[in-house]
Amino acid sequence: MKDIVISVRNLTKKFGSFTAVDNVSFDVRRGEIFGFLGANGAGKTTAMRMLCGLSYPTSGSGSVAGYDIISQSEEIKRHIGYMSQKFSLYNDLTVWENIDLFAGIYGLGRADTKERAVKLLRRLNFEQERDTLVGSLPLGWKQKLAFAIATIHNPEVVFLDEPTGGVDPITRRQFWELIYEATERGTTIFVTTHYMDEAEYCSRVSIMVDGEVRALDTPAHLKQQFAASSMDEVFRTLARGATRGE
Amino acid sequence: MKNNFISFVKKESLHILRDKRTMLIVMLIPVILMILFGFAISTEVNNVNVAIVAPHRSDGVKEAVERLASNDYFTFLGYIDEEQADEYLRSGKVTAVIVFDTEYDRNVALAKSGVPVKPVIELILDASNVNTAGSAAAYLQSVLLGSASEQAMFETRMLFNPQMKSAYNFVPGIMGAIFILVCAMMTSVSIVREKETGTMEVLLVSPVRPFKIIFAKMIPYFTISCIVLVTILMLARYLLEVPMSGGVGGIFALSLLYLVLSLSLGLFVSTITKTQVAALLISAMVMLMPILMLSGLLFPIENLPKFFQAVSTIVPARWYIDAIRKMMIQGLPIIAVWKDCIILLAMTALLLAVSLKKFNDKLE
Amino acid sequence: MNAIEVRKISKSYGKLKAVNEVSLEVQEGELFGLIGPDGAGKTTLFRLLATLIAPDSGSASLAGYDIVKEYHAIRSCVGYMPGRFSLYPDLTVEENLNFFAALFNVTVEESYDLVAPIYKQIEPFRERRAGKLSGGMKQKLALSCALIHRPKVLFLDEPTTGVDAVSRKEFWDMLQRLKEKGITILVSTPYMDEASRCDRIALCNEGRILGIDTPTGIVNGFRSPLYGIKAKNMFALLEEARKARGVEDCYPFGESHHLVADSEFNLDNFKKDFDGFEGFFIEPVEPTIEDMFIKLMKQ
Repeated sequence: MKDIVISVRNLTKKFGSFTAVDNVSFDVRRGEIFGFLGANGAGKTTAMRMLCGLSYPTSGSGSVAGYDIISQSEEIKRHIGYMSQKFSLYNDLTVWENIDLFAGIYGLGRADTKERAVKLLRRLNFEQERDTLVGSLPLGWKQKLAFAIATIHNPEVVFLDEPTGGVDPITRRQFWELIYEATERGTTIFVTTHYMDEAEYCSRVSIMVDGEVRALDTPAHLKQQFAASSMDEVFRTLARGATRGE
Repeated sequence: MKNNFISFVKKESLHILRDKRTMLIVMLIPVILMILFGFAISTEVNNVNVAIVAPHRSDGVKEAVERLASNDYFTFLGYIDEEQADEYLRSGKVTAVIVFDTEYDRNVALAKSGVPVKPVIELILDASNVNTAGSAAAYLQSVLLGSASEQAMFETRMLFNPQMKSAYNFVPGIMGAIFILVCAMMTSVSIVREKETGTMEVLLVSPVRPFKIIFAKMIPYFTISCIVLVTILMLARYLLEVPMSGGVGGIFALSLLYLVLSLSLGLFVSTITKTQVAALLISAMVMLMPILMLSGLLFPIENLPKFFQAVSTIVPARWYIDAIRKMMIQGLPIIAVWKDCIILLAMTALLLAVSLKKFNDKLE
Repeated sequence: MNAIEVRKISKSYGKLKAVNEVSLEVQEGELFGLIGPDGAGKTTLFRLLATLIAPDSGSASLAGYDIVKEYHAIRSCVGYMPGRFSLYPDLTVEENLNFFAALFNVTVEESYDLVAPIYKQIEPFRERRAGKLSGGMKQKLALSCALIHRPKVLFLDEPTTGVDAVSRKEFWDMLQRLKEKGITILVSTPYMDEASRCDRIALCNEGRILGIDTPTGIVNGFRSPLYGIKAKNMFALLEEARKARGVEDCYPFGESHHLVADSEFNLDNFKKDFDGFEGFFIEPVEPTIEDMFIKLMKQ
């Protein structure tokens, strides 16, 4: 069972009479890129919050990186990385200051931080930009840097919330290369996105509709199953039946 | 084109009405401040020690001393030199010093014969005890007025707490600060909010001229401010019994001018800022602080260091508070504060001109 | 007559050349797409054409009006939907629509036939505050508001960003119907897969236009042979493939990597060399707009 990094059983979250997440079960394997898709309001965000230890399920259970999402949420936060398109880095701090800050947040020691930071900058070819303010970097660079920082403490799982929206195709590919590289090292990637072309990069994809997981398989199998030529079509077929909005 | 102006005003009013919390704050704060300061005052006066500075102990002066001595509330401690006054007050030997003009008697005589001169009596008070000083000043004036010097002009100086933080004096101050808050802060934030949400782009792309957008925004805030103005004036008149003998009409007219000035200031802030936070910070920090500190609201202008006195001349609230104080408390008519009015008018014109020029129909 | 004509227009912010000598023509009734990532200059170009900012050099005209000299005339014939949803979140759906109608001095009734197919879908929620609508519904309301004065030209700046796939498809269907009513539409998107919904597209990057053509024309411009390759270990495959002979470029492309071959490429040799990869698979694939974009960017 060591190879199951995220395991969720009958996870349910209710807000009053509204069931945001309805009896969801799935497993994510080590080194996988797991795509977590759903229309607006399908319950993605709520589910992800529970996995990150930010909110408690109404019923059901789950574990992330070997820690229970109910009783060990603090442990979970120490063993995961998080990056979203909306917020990732502080624009008014330099590249180095951002690295230093997040390394500190994740509890790395001084020497450790320095060593990893130097390595990180070298890997990204960012050595020249050490003292550049993050705000003045191009968007694509910021996102690469944000991903690298989100993995600086070698987390078992990294949660990515719509990571590459609006980035040019080349930088975007460089970003996915970073992700592939991370999975090589055994990091598991959990991605939520609206964009189906991002879904195509995933090893397996789950699609949520109205709080339930309606499909879960590799993109190739899903396309086969729904006789579709793209993930976009698969998604539309499933989401068209959605009864609730945001 | 009239029709779309009305829908603009309607839309702005809806924004305001839907933001109940802000509205409540704007309407309630003045009321709370007024009531707080209103109940902080009391008018008891007992055993006030008085000394007199009079270079010539003329008949007029003697008469005044007799009146004081015969009054139960005052204890006359004797004549002192002008240089001693400060020491007497500071050490607490006396609460009030009355200074008679060298020419006092001559002036009294001249005034009686119809020559337009005013005999001057200066009252210097230790105002560290607000209640005593305030009442004592008023009482002293009435006692001395009863003497031969009916035409005397009083110059009252409050030492140590010259503004006498009590309701009478606070009413103009509150008005000066609240209107800036409501008009400048709220208008600037509401314009800048549209820049932030992107609706300003759509408004600018439409055929509507920008000044229309601006005036439509000003109207609801102007209305709210008028309601606040009426509330404050009612509270001042009926709860705190501020005399307003200078005429409510004048006070109202001057306040309306000040409202327009505040709106223009808000407009100006909105033209130089891009985010609501920046607009709020500029209104609150850059504007509110000088309004509190340099307007005579907390500290009298003449007690400020020279540099700040100079700076205070560009603070609109200084002129407004000064004028309102004269009209409300000293009972002067609006004609008497024409200088303040002209300055406020000039400031309004300047701000409006600059902001309208800056607020053109382009984004930059 | 062209609905939009742009001639060598430039606009800089400090050192940054946001729009750099861009020229393009959009015919009347055309659905024209500006495709490019953030920072490509799409928004600046929209603002220039919407007369919100003035160009540093070059010129442009809309429906025959010059964007600098005759900007007032342009403002009544343009409908503009900026990148962020430009609605008042504290006003209801209906109040928003009425306000925008008043802004352009028209009544909702006058334009109802044009707006109705879109507005009808959100009409059941007309009492709801715009801020409480879902992304797709906000988008429909914003479009209704932009159409209320029957503009000749419609500018839509990234209308589908942050909206889910179902709503996005509906949105493009709506644009198609508007186009059929003769409205010229200039729309921008960072998503290459939306490009095929346009009549013609301009690929933009860093203030410049890389190419203008029909979507098919753009794809046909990709002349190198293109293969999709897969293996169990995708990352190692990528690194090896890049070193292989005859490979001009290789990059991740969803489930597989795309491999751009040059004249030295030999499929049989390549297959032999990569046979050692577990689950290795190679097949020729059709290029997409994204492939062309990458190629143009690297030139």
